[in-house]
Amino acid sequence: MARVLRSVVTTALAILVIVAVWEGYKWAGQQTGGNWPGTGIELPVSTDDIIMPHVSDIAAELVSDIRDGRSTLPVSVFLLKKAWFTLQEAAIGFFLGSAVGIGLAVLMLRWRVAERGLLPWINVSQTVPLIALAPIIVTWGRNQGLPDIVCISLISTYLTFFPVAVSALRGLQSPDSAHVELMRSYAAPWRTTLFKLRLPAARPYLFPAFKIAATLSVVGAIVGEISIGTKTGLGRSILEFAQRYAVWPERLYASVIGAAVLGLFVFGMISLAERLVLRRTDEVVA
Amino acid sequence: MSTGGDVPAVVVDGVGMVFNEGTGGEVAALDGIDLTIRAGEFVTLIGPSGCGKSTLLRLIGDLLTPTAGGVSVFGRSAHESRTGQDYGMVFQHAGLFDWRKVQANIELPLELRGWSRSDRGARSSEMLDLVKLDEFSDHYPRQLSGGMQQRVSIARALSFEPRLLLMDEPFGALDEMTREHMQSELLRIWGETGTTVVFVTHSISEAAFLSNRVIVLSPRPGRVHSIIDVALGERTPDTREDPDFFAAATTIREALRSVGGAE
Repeated sequence: MARVLRSVVTTALAILVIVAVWEGYKWAGQQTGGNWPGTGIELPVSTDDIIMPHVSDIAAELVSDIRDGRSTLPVSVFLLKKAWFTLQEAAIGFFLGSAVGIGLAVLMLRWRVAERGLLPWINVSQTVPLIALAPIIVTWGRNQGLPDIVCISLISTYLTFFPVAVSALRGLQSPDSAHVELMRSYAAPWRTTLFKLRLPAARPYLFPAFKIAATLSVVGAIVGEISIGTKTGLGRSILEFAQRYAVWPERLYASVIGAAVLGLFVFGMISLAERLVLRRTDEVVA
Repeated sequence: MSTGGDVPAVVVDGVGMVFNEGTGGEVAALDGIDLTIRAGEFVTLIGPSGCGKSTLLRLIGDLLTPTAGGVSVFGRSAHESRTGQDYGMVFQHAGLFDWRKVQANIELPLELRGWSRSDRGARSSEMLDLVKLDEFSDHYPRQLSGGMQQRVSIARALSFEPRLLLMDEPFGALDEMTREHMQSELLRIWGETGTTVVFVTHSISEAAFLSNRVIVLSPRPGRVHSIIDVALGERTPDTREDPDFFAAATTIREALRSVGGAE
């Protein structure tokens, strides 16, 4: 209970600090006409209401009404609805990406040749700009008759498989030689060693990768939505609000908050899963 | 089952081991090793570091393949014996699986053999009893002391009644008191199970206290320098203060000195 309370307090404090820094910077900048105090040098970020709207205005935007099709609802609820759609894409992308990542890691573990042949390409894959890749994946997916939600998930998959593959390989290789020799002395086949030794030993390596992958899956889904022009989703809202940023900056900030909350949500889900799966060995240290 | 008294437990015949053969970075670890270990014997391999004692143990256990000669175990090749799951192994570090409770660790080899849950449970409680850890079946390895972990490791190695127990400095990481206690425990278990033990150590007193025979190896490349019979009868705590025990330790120490290995 004390732990929950402490994390609530630290979160609240962190938000307070961010708000204070934001508003403090804005206030100070406006006192000096956008310059460093006592100089004529401009501040790196302009403090006017377009670039940095007041926190209170952004908060007010979250509860103000917006039209969604035929209905009218608060922006926060609107964003939540869009986020639900994005979450589904991200979830498919996350699970698909994790499966591909673990699969690749097992392949690289089994055949050293595969490791030497695949690992460079896995690294290179992440240097391809997503913006260029997204239309290719989407066009290919549509030609295969896949629904848009799956096409967007594939973009998420492309981002998520990478950290999982790299960490899974490290985790699968983590058992020390005594463990491996023990399994050998039992004449355990490769597959048995994988399931009884290597995969369980890889779990502490996998969860940090899952956390990175989960947040990346949200990024991938949003970028995917933007680049293929879906009719719904958080990415779509961000795109629409971005076009009207010059007149309505609070909205874009509100949607950014929506994306951040979604990212935090998936991160939290993975942390929860980690605690459930690894709890048994964790309690040991206590 | 041909456990017949006259089939030796281990026959090492002209074994040589060269690492990195044919690469230019060759290391001759063992050369011309001949050794016969009788069924039910407790044999210790001792020698200075670099004498290849752990390598020899791994050759017997078919974790390595010799580059010359051959090893047979109970009349079969070492490879057949390993695939026939004749071996129990205990390493210097207990090598327990952190994510398994003590009982599940002991049951691991039984699980791999496809034993039913109830058979596994029955055997693991027997083994826990044998190593006197009954109260700890539900603990995780990290909750146990080093000596207790090593006892679990021994229980795991013995759970499927292997015909040959291979131990690689199993008590090397323990403090002196725990170590002596574990030695007595091991002899008690050995007496109760009648299994054959090949034990690697670099401790003279450990070799003298535990073994029927001590094989002294000389280094670079490892060769059998001498084989010392230790006839101390049944070991008790008093054995450690027995003049015969000191005499045996002295013989081993002198042999080690002559191969350049004693402190």
